[in-house]
Amino acid sequence: MRMKPDRGADTGRPGTGALAPALRATFPVLLGYSTLGLAFGLVLVDSGLPWWLSPLMAAFVFAGAAQFMGVGLLASGAGVGEIALMTLLLNARHLVYGLSMLERFAGAGRLKPYLVFGLTDETYGILSTEEAPAGVDPVRFRLLVTALDQAYWFAGCTVGALAGTALPVEAEGLDFALTALFVVLLVEQILARRPKEVFIIAAAASLLALILAPPRNFLLAAMGIGIAGLLATRLPSKPRSGREHPS
Amino acid sequence: MTRLFAAVAVMAALTFLTRAAPFVLFARREPPALVVWLQSRLPPLVMCVLVADALKFVRFESTEAWLPTLAGAATAAALHLAKRNALLSIVGATALFMGLKAWLGA
Repeated sequence: MRMKPDRGADTGRPGTGALAPALRATFPVLLGYSTLGLAFGLVLVDSGLPWWLSPLMAAFVFAGAAQFMGVGLLASGAGVGEIALMTLLLNARHLVYGLSMLERFAGAGRLKPYLVFGLTDETYGILSTEEAPAGVDPVRFRLLVTALDQAYWFAGCTVGALAGTALPVEAEGLDFALTALFVVLLVEQILARRPKEVFIIAAAASLLALILAPPRNFLLAAMGIGIAGLLATRLPSKPRSGREHPS
Repeated sequence: MTRLFAAVAVMAALTFLTRAAPFVLFARREPPALVVWLQSRLPPLVMCVLVADALKFVRFESTEAWLPTLAGAATAAALHLAKRNALLSIVGATALFMGLKAWLGA
């Protein structure tokens, strides 16, 4: 088990120490979230919804894919029940994200609910790869990464919605920073010497999902196939004699 | 108006619930062996799938439909393998992407 962080007692000023590395770690998300947030705000206002819905969602939902989908459903006149079901299906991948954060969030105490709330794709990507530098309270670092990511998203969503009510804005291309971030995080995973078969399974699952699933269901389909493939490698190669219950 | 607030409340509650589920389930007891096993395998799987998700709209009908995205992604990977500086990799790849988009007039 990990040692409990002792609230920065040995570092003196943990807040200032953690801010610089957190800003550095989240910089690509700043580019991506402010741009995607802007786009979200523009789309939301463009579909006839009131501008304040954009900051409201950024503050309390904080999930890019779910928010875009929710706006589409609201604009098409869908009921709250349908929105609830689609949100659950779309967010099913978060069940998986949380699993690998169990140990990293273990010492977070009363701040844990916020870390869990803010576990977006991009925050997950940073927190599962980047460690707090030596001498920096890791809980503080993780909290700042999460809060900064939400601040970028909130600012983007708010400005986008306000701009959408006034003038047409173009911000194309900057959102590629998110793609580049995922590529970088994938390279980090390769350098971390994860089991080789995972990458083969993931590539196969992605190809299968591209062929079989409609683009808007790609994430769910690829994750489902990938997890099934992973579990298949864990099955014993020869049939077991007795039925034993996995602990 | 009420429908909008209800929709946001439902989306917020369900998103938080799905994100909190594993923490609630395993907070008081050791996670099962399967969960521990998955912990070293899920992040690389998720990253592969997220990269594939970002590249899924690449088409080969015209140069501007594939070159900026694939060149940008390859540059991000190459820069990162060479320097292992995330900021440099991402800024460099994004700059190339935007430059190619502008150059190809897409």
